[in-house]
Parts: sequence; C-alpha cells; structure tokens
Amino acid sequence: MPDTQVLVNDFLNKLKKRKIEGSQATARQTAELLRSVISQQRVPYTNQAGALIDAVKAVGEQLIAANPVELAVGNIVRRVLHIIREEDLSLTTAAIGGLNLSAVSDDENDDDRDGDSTLSAAAVAAAARSTLRPPSLQTLLEDTPVSAAVPQTSSSGGDSEGKTADKSSRSRKLKHDVIEAVNELIQDIVTCHEQIAEQAVEHIHQNEVILTLGSSRTVLEFLFAAKEKKRSFRVFVAEGAPRYQGHLLAKELVARGLQTTLITDSAVFAMISRVNMVIVGAHAVMANGGVIAPVGMNLVALAAQKHAVPFVVLAGSHKLCPLYPHNPEVLLNELRSPSELLDFGEFSDCMDFGSGSGSPLLHVVNPAFDYVPPKLVSLFITDTGGHNPSYMYRLIADYYSADDLVVQRRATAGN
Amino acid sequence: MGAQKKRAAAAAAAARVSEDPDDLARQPLQAILLADSFTTKFRPITLERPKVLLPLVNVPMINYTLAWLEAAGVAEVFVFCCAHSKQVIDYLENSEWFSQPNFTVKTIESHNIISAGDALRLIYEQNVIHGDFVLISGDTVSNMSLTQALQEHKERKKKDNNAVMTMIIKKSKPSPITRQSRLGTDELFMAIDPNTKQLLYYEDKADHSKGTICLDKMLLAENPSISLHNDKQDCYIDICSPEVLSLFTDNFDYQHLRRHFVKGLLLDDIMGYKIFTHEIHSSYAARIDNYRSYDIVSKDIIQRWTYPYVPDVKFCGNRATKLERRGMYRALEIEQSRSAQVGSFTVIGYGTKIGSNSKISDSVIGEGCTIGSNVLIEGSYIWDNVIIEDGCELRHVIVCDGVIMKAGAVLKPGVVLSFKVVIGERFVVPAYSKVSLLQQPTVHDSDEELEYADNSSGTVEFSSIQGTADQSNGEMTSESSEAHKPKLGTGGVGYIWSICEGGQEEEWRHSVAPIPEDKLTELSEAMDDDQELVTQDRTALSTSGELISDSNASEGDDNEDSKDDSVYFEKEVEATFLRAVEENVKVDHVILEVNSLRLSYNMTSADCAGAVFYSMMKLAIKTPHSSAIGLLTLYPSPFSMVASNAYPIYLSGELQQNTANIITTWQKLLKSYLLEIDEEIEIILKFEEMCLESAKEFSPLFARILHILYDKDILQEDAILRWADEKEGADESDKVFVRQSEKFIQWLREASEEED
Repeated sequence: MPDTQVLVNDFLNKLKKRKIEGSQATARQTAELLRSVISQQRVPYTNQAGALIDAVKAVGEQLIAANPVELAVGNIVRRVLHIIREEDLSLTTAAIGGLNLSAVSDDENDDDRDGDSTLSAAAVAAAARSTLRPPSLQTLLEDTPVSAAVPQTSSSGGDSEGKTADKSSRSRKLKHDVIEAVNELIQDIVTCHEQIAEQAVEHIHQNEVILTLGSSRTVLEFLFAAKEKKRSFRVFVAEGAPRYQGHLLAKELVARGLQTTLITDSAVFAMISRVNMVIVGAHAVMANGGVIAPVGMNLVALAAQKHAVPFVVLAGSHKLCPLYPHNPEVLLNELRSPSELLDFGEFSDCMDFGSGSGSPLLHVVNPAFDYVPPKLVSLFITDTGGHNPSYMYRLIADYYSADDLVVQRRATAGN
Repeated sequence: MGAQKKRAAAAAAAARVSEDPDDLARQPLQAILLADSFTTKFRPITLERPKVLLPLVNVPMINYTLAWLEAAGVAEVFVFCCAHSKQVIDYLENSEWFSQPNFTVKTIESHNIISAGDALRLIYEQNVIHGDFVLISGDTVSNMSLTQALQEHKERKKKDNNAVMTMIIKKSKPSPITRQSRLGTDELFMAIDPNTKQLLYYEDKADHSKGTICLDKMLLAENPSISLHNDKQDCYIDICSPEVLSLFTDNFDYQHLRRHFVKGLLLDDIMGYKIFTHEIHSSYAARIDNYRSYDIVSKDIIQRWTYPYVPDVKFCGNRATKLERRGMYRALEIEQSRSAQVGSFTVIGYGTKIGSNSKISDSVIGEGCTIGSNVLIEGSYIWDNVIIEDGCELRHVIVCDGVIMKAGAVLKPGVVLSFKVVIGERFVVPAYSKVSLLQQPTVHDSDEELEYADNSSGTVEFSSIQGTADQSNGEMTSESSEAHKPKLGTGGVGYIWSICEGGQEEEWRHSVAPIPEDKLTELSEAMDDDQELVTQDRTALSTSGELISDSNASEGDDNEDSKDDSVYFEKEVEATFLRAVEENVKVDHVILEVNSLRLSYNMTSADCAGAVFYSMMKLAIKTPHSSAIGLLTLYPSPFSMVASNAYPIYLSGELQQNTANIITTWQKLLKSYLLEIDEEIEIILKFEEMCLESAKEFSPLFARILHILYDKDILQEDAILRWADEKEGADESDKVFVRQSEKFIQWLREASEEED
C-alpha cells in the first residue's frame, strides 16, 4: 500500500505541475497507476468489487482534481471502474448461470458474452468493449438495462458470493480478471494510433488535399498509413499558433516524403476552397459530440463548414469523455502563460502597474483549447471505426457505466 | 561531530568522483534558499511573520520558490532560516515539502546571523554543499528551466575554473521618469561582454542626479566589445560553484550578495574570478524586494506569466480555485451577494463572504474574510480572516491577517495594516502610513542590513498591546502610544508608524500603490530640466576635457586623444584659412591667428605648416574645376615638359591652375612656417598623405604640384631630395609618388650637381 501511495503522489505531482503532456501519455500512465493500485489493494471477503471500486475512486478523485482540464484522466478512471463492474457482473452471471442455466439463455447476446467470459473473461470483455460491428437495435435495447443493473448486481454481488462455496478462488479470479482487462485497456491505448491509422485508406483518396492544424500524433500516423498504401496526396499544415507545433508536423511529414504546405492559421480560410478534407486530432471528445481541441480549431471547422469540406476528427477511445460540456470555453480550458505570445521584456513597459490607475492596460490571454460544437464535425474516427457526432453518446455508453459519470461528486459527498 | 566528519569525507569522495565529466552531470543539484531577506523593507509586517511566509496570491511565498526548485530538477534544498526561524520550520514541517519523493528539504537554523554573507559562511562550515548549487532567496517567483543555464555554467566551468557564478537576468525596461524598474528597484546598470556573456560591471545604486555613470577605463581597454544595459532585471537566481562559499569565507567582510560579493569579484582582479550572465526570455523570474514588487508580482501571477504557478493550478497544496472569465479566480464556498460586483483580475479565497453592493477589482482577497456591504476594494491585498464592515473604502493597500475595519473606515493608497490591527469607525488612515500593533522601534538602524539581529529568536521584543487600548508600557516613548492611539479612531487598536526621516519623499517609490499622477508629471518636468542641464554640462565638459588630455598627451593611452587634437587643430586652421580667403584678411593677420591656435593646441610649427598646406589644397579642390584626370591622359609623360622648364604652359588642368594660384597668393603664409627643412619635408609628407586619402584628385598631379612648390621657393631642393632619400627604403606602395616624380628629382639632382 505505501508503495502505491508513493506512486500516486508522484503522479499527482506530475499532473499538478503540468509535466505530462498529451492525452495518450496521460491515459496510459493513469491506467498503469490504477493497475498497480488494484493489484496492491487487499480484497476483503465480501463485496470485493465494491472494495476495488472504492479504492479506484479514492485515487481517481485525487487524480481528476489534480488536473481537471486533462479529461483523459477521468476517462480512464471511469473506464477502470466500468471494467471492475463488468468483470464482477460477468462472474456473477456466470455463477448464477452455473446454478441456473435458463437465466442466462434469456438473451442471446449476453449469453455468448458470458459463456465466453467463464473461459476467459478478460478477452471477452475487451471484445465486448471494442465491438466493431454496428449496433443492432437489439443490443441497443439490451445494453441499457444491463448497465442500469450493474450497481445492483455489484452490491448484491457480495450476497451471492457469500452463498457460493468457492469464494476464495473467485475473489482471486475477480482481481485477476480486472487486471487482465486493465492490461487490455493499456494495450488499447498504446495501439490506438495504429488502429485508427488502419482506416486511413478508406478516407484519403488519390490526389486529395488534406488540411490539418497543429500537431497530433494520431493525424501523423493516419497520414503515414495512407502514404504507405501508395496513396498520393498533399497536406496543408496550419502552423497552430502560438505553440507552432504545425512546424514539427510539417517536418515529420516531409521526412516521410509527403508533399506538404505550411500555412499560417489565418490563411486557413483562404486555402480551404482547395482542400478536400480536414483531418485533425482532438484533446477530448465530449458526450454530445463536441470536441475540445487545440486553439484555432473552431475557426478551421467554421471555414470547412462554409465550403462544405468534411471536418474529420481522429480520437482514440481514451479521449471519449462521458461528460456533457458546460461552458467548455472557460471551464474545460487551460490558460497558459502569455509568454508564448509575446516577449515579456519587450512589453515590460506596458505592464508597469506602478503608474496610472494601477491596473494593467495590457491583458494577454492564451487559451490552450477551443471547443468545436458537434454540428461542425462531419465524422469521428476512433479505434472502432467512423462515427457520426450524434452517435458519440452511444459509443460512450459502451465504455462507461452510467453509474460512474457522476461518481466523483457522490464520492466527495460521501467523504 | 562524527557524523559531520563522515559527511565531509563523503563530500570529499564525491568531489573526487565528480571530476569525471559524466558524473558531473549526474550529480544531484543542490540549492540554498535563504528564508530571510536581511532587509527591513517589509516592516512592520515582518516583525511578526517572516517575509517568506507572507501570502502571495493566497500562497506563502516560499512555496513558489520551492515548487520552482523542485520542478527545475533540484534534488536537495537547504532552507536557511534566521528571523522567525521557528515559524518557518514549523510551516515547512506541516507542509507537504518534507514528504516529496526525489526532493529533500532540510532546514538550517541560526539566530545570530545578520546578513546573507554570514549565512553562506555558516553553510560552508557545515560542509553540505558538494557541487554546483542554486542560490536563491525565499521570495523569488520563477518558472524558468534551469537546464540550459546549468549546462552553460558547467561548460564554462570546465573551460575556465574561475567562472564561479552564473547570474540569471531578464529584460525589463526601467521607467524613464522614475528611474526605477517596474519592480520598484533602482535602475540597474550592467556591462556585459556580448560574446562571452561575462558580467563586467554591476551598479544598482547609480547616482541619477548626475545622469552619468562611471566605468573604469581599463574595462574599455581590456575588452574588445562591451554592451552596457539599463534594461536588464536581476532575477536574484544564481548558479554558483562551490568556490563561492569559500570566497565568502575568505572575505569575511562580504555581507550583501550583490553590493559586496558581486561588486567585490568584479573589482578584484587578483583572483580573476568571473561572473557570467544568462538571460531568460520566455520564462518568468522576479524577486519580491519591496511592497511595489509584491504588488507587481502578484499581478503577474494573476496574469499567468508564472504559469504553471498560478492560483488555479494546485502546485503546492493550495485550495482548489477556478478561473473564470476576465481573469477572475474564485475558490470554493464563497458567499457572494447578488448585487456585489467582483471585477476582473481578482482572486477570492476559500470561504469568503461578500456583502451586497460591494465592489472589488484588481485585488486579492484571502480565505475566510468577511466583507460587508457597500465596500469598495481596489487594487488591494487582503489576507486571511479580515473583517471589513459596511461602507469601508480600500484603495491599493495591504491588509494582514485578522485586521478588523469598523464601518466607514477609509484606507488611503499605500497603507499597510499589520496583523490584527483594528481601525475605528469612519477613521481615515493617511496615505503611505504603516499601522501595527507593535510600536515602532525607537532606534532606527541607519543601515537596513541589520534587520533581524534583535529579534532573531522569533519572539518579538517590542512592546505589544493586546486588545486593550490604554495599556502603555514604560518602554513606550513620547511620540508613541498616547500620541498615536486616538489616531486610529474610536475603538482602534495599533500604532501608526511615523515614516522615518527623509523617507517620506521616497515612500511612493516602493509603496504598493501606483505612483500618483501629479508625482509623475512633477518628475517628468524635473527630468526635462535635468536633461537640459546635462546637455549643457556635456558640451562644457567636452571642451575642457580635451584641454586636460592635451597636457598629458604622452602615455600610449592618450595617443588617441592627441590624434584627435591634431584633427581638431587642422579643422580650426582650415576654418581660419577659409575665412581669410573669403574676407580677404591680410596674410599677416592670418599668420597671427594660426599662431594663436598653434599655441592653444600646443602644436609645433611643422604641424602648422602641414595644416596650412592642407587647407590650401582643400581650397584648391573646392574651387570649381573639371576633372584633372582626363587631362592627364593627354600628357602621358609630364616630366618631359618639366624638363623643358616652361611649366605655365602646362598648367592645363584647372585643378593645377587653381592650386598654382592659391599657392602664389598664400605663399607668404606658408613660408612663415617653413623655418627649417623639416617643416618642408612635413609638407611633402602631408601632401603625399592627402593624395592617398582625403584628396585623391591630386594624386595624378603630385609631381607637378611638387614642381610648383619648388618654383615658388616654398620647397627647397634639399627637402625634396631628402624626402626622396627617406622614401628609398620604404615599401613599394609608399613609393608611388617618388616614382611619379622620379624625373623631377633626377633633374633636381643633376641641377645640384651642375651647381657643384
């Protein structure tokens, strides 16, 4: 336990001081941290899932508070909670199924999931999460009651466990399964670029012109994948002021032999009529299909809409956030140092508060993110395929249990 | 002691190991944090609480410094506590700093230390610093990355063992009117070698009344280039080699880091220690030195220049704060009346209550404050648990913990209320006054150095009044309690400190309040006058200065000056001559004038001859003429004509004609200076020089004009021959004109032989 505390503190520190950049790295490290929290957590005799959930919640709450703007942390915490619930559910249903087969055969879909999960719960759980197939009406109807039933089952899980004879083996199994599933999750996060990139050829066609803004690893891999498949196309890169990460992207694209044009952010509108598709990365995707993305993205999206150019957002599943944005321009934004915009020394005389009214006449605002409303987004490409913005809430229901969405607040109230 | 010895041995071992360059990089970085500024600028607040624990935007200052050190990769920090050391240590023990992984904080406590120099000497004795370290005081806010500066420092150190310190500087323009930086410190002059970044000169106490600063002449002589800055701000972050500590020990009179140590090293070239600078551009660094910098740095933090050390990032266990639109930071659990107006760039702490119709702007409000209705707060810093009743007005003030302001009290700009002061109803505290429960120490330290010497134990020895208004100790002096207490209104508790003698004038400079408008206009007017004076001074100085350097134009250094003089002399002579030509002054008068010039410039007659000749030739050029070069080509061998001894015919070039005319007219003037053959040679040399440099038009005509001069008896044949002989051994390039006049010289030689 003290070991994890050290790890948690270390990670908290990094989050607080904004030392970790990029949602993928954050997501991976969060998942790894939670894995070690789970593995160190001593599981009580009864209500093991509850104990694990509490442990993860306790850590997760701190992590989220450490950097509320980095939504990936919260996403991963919720995903892990969901995994615990799901594994617990599958074990319970399996146990019940063992006792009473007819209860399971109720529903075909659940049946094969649970039937497999008795063999290898982790593999099936992962498969269930990353369902590539389009959702049938049946799954839509079935899934909702299941996720609603989760808390019930988990709380009643203890009771049913108490009745089952092979408790000790089960408790070990639950923890083992959860850790397995978290490993899967980490694997998913690590490989999300490749999975998204695999779909590149379906979207990028010969002789097209692609526009992107700033730098995103996902976009980079996506474009490379298309290039490797012998597609020939051109890329316009908007430099992404004030951090100018577009310059780095352009450099890497050129290194891989892609025809690249670097433009200023303000030139996007002028160039957009020549563009066939806008492909950008995101910081986070909200439940309503809105996108939190590097600053300047809303302008690009508006320009794309004006010229009816498809605006495609690439996002790994760890970026899907189950929350609905409220005042995202302010509350989900990070205001960074003005020094990225201008040189303090040059402007030091403008900021001499010592004269006049004492309040500065020059204000510099440097927001890190932009909010792109869902109506401006044409398509999301996640590691499970392409989705419409209006479908995001569905996708999110696959990854998160409805119980965890507000779990943080309830936990604070409880504490 | 044993442990200490062991540590020393370990240190020695570490030093030995660290000679390996790879190991040098891996050695954990240490830092010395001085949790004491050794000044009195924050009095009376610092009588009760150490400066490093004063809240800066609701977070004690030392947290900014420690958070930065931790982020910059420092592994071990020695916090040196002196004044109120117990408070500092208690605070650190209860904070999270002692439980950080990879970051150790150790405290060193001492009570009888009165300066930074003493502190460093003590640390040296303890032998805890093993390698390069960061020297910083606990009131510094920064977000810079140390990596580059550290690497530069190490590389320099590897090359030159005397590079002991790297000072971090930042560009920041001083105000031209008040002659102080935006942080309220005096204008700082630094001379830096632009190539090596070596610091050559450091002056923070320049005398502005004169408008000049003095640089050592050697500074200019020894360095190929030097750039003098007044727009740099000293961040008071130093990367030091361990030698710095031993230097302090060797020079036991070093007290102040800058005034003694830096200046001492710069002046003392015996040891040859060097200080370098590292300028930061995008990152922030500033030290809180006085109330003004407290105000400015707070505003910088609110404006997020110090990111990530801003209120809404929990960098050191501060309360969760949300940033809203227009730079409004609000913690949780705030009770705010609907009609209260909280303006932009305001920070409101946890659990504060704000009443109806109150207006707050550009201010920082601490935790648990209660603000009544109809209160006006502008540009102020209100710390924790302050009670402000209805209708108070606060403009640009600092209000410490636990102060109670009764209804209708008014604080004028620049007021500082120390802990737990009570201001009576409707009382108006005058501008720039400082109010404390503690009496003002009667003996005023003449020097600010001696700050905490007397109250080092942390308990305050001044008489304090606790609550009761009419308690008065025997210690109290005449002008204290009785005189002051009624001044705080009915029910008021505390003393208004009298502003120290002569300090009134300067109070506005360092106050938390902005400089009032009328003061600025007054200053700028004064400055305009000054400037006129200065320019007048300068002109006066320049002439007299030359006279001085004239008299000692002997040393190598002064050669430059004498050269300048001869140029001036030449110009004067030329001016005189031209005037003479224009106004037809008699030759005798011109001679007189030139003679007087010669005396005043202390020139020889040869110089006069040269100058006069020079001006004559100049005149010849200025008189209109068509190009002489074109004509020359018509006569490829001019000296065939000279030989025929009929030169007037050959004055075909207008230039030549002009020259001849002028020489004829003014030959008397020229001759009056040609007393000996030396002067004549001087003229030839001068002419040669002119042809090469200032008046190239003459170069094709050199031989002919030489001939004219000979004919007019200005030059004797001896002079010309001797000149030719002298040139015999010269470089090929020098012989151009000798060559040109070869025939003429030959003719002269033959003529003289014939005579013989």
